[in-house]
Amino acid sequence: MSLPARVVTLLVAFLAVAAGAAFIVVHFFLGSPPTVDYSTGVSADTGATVHVVLQEDPQNTVSTHPDWVSYFVQDPKTHAWIHTTLFKVPAGSKIDVTIYGYDGCTPLRNPYFGKVTGTIGQVEYVNGKPYSQLNSWSACHVAHTFSIPGINLNVPMASPDLSATLCGTSPCTTASPHETVTFSFMSPRTTGDYFWQCRVPCGGGFIDGFGGPMQTIGFMTGNMEVVS
Amino acid sequence: MAASVADDVQGPASGGPNHGLRIFLIWLPIAVAADLLLYFVYGPHMPPGQMSNSAASQQFDIKVMSVLAAPIMAFVLIGMGYSLIVWRHREGDDEDGPPIFGHTRIQATWITVSAVVVLFLASFGTYELAWPAFAGAGSGEGPSPIWTPKGGTPVQIQVIGQQWRWTYRYPQFGGFETTALEIPVNVPVQFNVTSLDVIHDFWAYQLGVKADANPGVNNVAYTTAKQLGKFVVRCDELCGLWHAAMVNYGEVVTLSAFKSWAAKTNVQLAAVTKMLPPYATTYDPTVVPQINKAMVKAGIAGANGYYYPPNDPVQP
Repeated sequence: MSLPARVVTLLVAFLAVAAGAAFIVVHFFLGSPPTVDYSTGVSADTGATVHVVLQEDPQNTVSTHPDWVSYFVQDPKTHAWIHTTLFKVPAGSKIDVTIYGYDGCTPLRNPYFGKVTGTIGQVEYVNGKPYSQLNSWSACHVAHTFSIPGINLNVPMASPDLSATLCGTSPCTTASPHETVTFSFMSPRTTGDYFWQCRVPCGGGFIDGFGGPMQTIGFMTGNMEVVS
Repeated sequence: MAASVADDVQGPASGGPNHGLRIFLIWLPIAVAADLLLYFVYGPHMPPGQMSNSAASQQFDIKVMSVLAAPIMAFVLIGMGYSLIVWRHREGDDEDGPPIFGHTRIQATWITVSAVVVLFLASFGTYELAWPAFAGAGSGEGPSPIWTPKGGTPVQIQVIGQQWRWTYRYPQFGGFETTALEIPVNVPVQFNVTSLDVIHDFWAYQLGVKADANPGVNNVAYTTAKQLGKFVVRCDELCGLWHAAMVNYGEVVTLSAFKSWAAKTNVQLAAVTKMLPPYATTYDPTVVPQINKAMVKAGIAGANGYYYPPNDPVQP
């Protein structure tokens, strides 16, 4: 092989490796969804109240996986729905959560997680009515859960009636059939990332429903960042 | 240079230095000191500690292996250092090294020593797998354990792995399920380890208990806690996105405190326990009648009770 051919081959190989590294950095490290900030203007460790608003949808038509179930987070300033599962709250604060449940039911794999834990009063409110647990095996009325294992928080999400025609375009609006789940909990005083997840095997199309959206940040799992 | 290997090791017949003796004399005090330090000074701090009989047994195993390995490692390092110093290349010496024809006694020695060490470790390791007290070494023994603890029925605790949390069922105390792991001190405990989804691995580090959690399999492990206090539980099998966060803490308490906690928790969780399937060594939610009913009602299950209809492709 001539010297110019060798140089060209070497350059092409180098560029290929550099492009691969750049793809990994951009796709996996810089490509994560945005973080919605609920901590701005709130002092940590004062017990101040922050209102976090989410929705869970039967699909995510604003993503590259339109048939994946998904959570959305509402921007506290613009009230726009953001395709993300990352949000930031102040430490040592009362977090009031509202979750609009638009997705249909799927039974929990482990009915133990039908129990509400970690909320103030150990209850959730479904359309204003208090519940300490939802039995997803006796009646199909649980769609997902909102669970933060690091603070032992677990809240099953109620689903619309079985006969309802579910919302078909994300983000859904309250004109579609839905259940409104509210609950409160205290954010930890220890700052850091607390991952959260859904415990219903809702990854349709994957073995036992545990792939796809269940394993992907921005869909059915994410992080609650607690800041000082 | 016309000396032989035997001359180098044993010293030449002409009365040169006896290198073998020199190396031995350097090695002996270092090996003895290393062994004493390892066994008596560092040994009591070696993992996983002495919180249970299985942990103490594992610590003893590691101490024994360290005591065996240290002299061998010292011999290798001393031999290397001695060679670098004594047999290094010297200015003006361009002669080839002597041809090597082997040395029967040296070869016989290292083969014998290696064989003895390896055979001892194999026997020791096999024996220690059954120990302590022939109740296993804290490892998963499968659904039909060969080694079981003597002296009455152990406390049964079912360990259920699921992405990404451990839950525990206590069948002798009403069958409640909880995320808290409490065990009594000085009482044999039988962990029945299983999974509801992928493969996990139950690793109660300070207890020296480690057992794979496989869906559809009951993997039994035994231990007897000897000290009060907290211990960490980790998943030791890569199980998905949040595998690294699949951690919680258990606690060893007195027998009376354990009984009191179990009775109180059973009452507190009575309503949740009613939602659970009957206690079994393994669970397959896809064939539990209640869940099938709920899924069929929702129109999301095929006749086989799967979570998703047949036209929904199953793919890894």
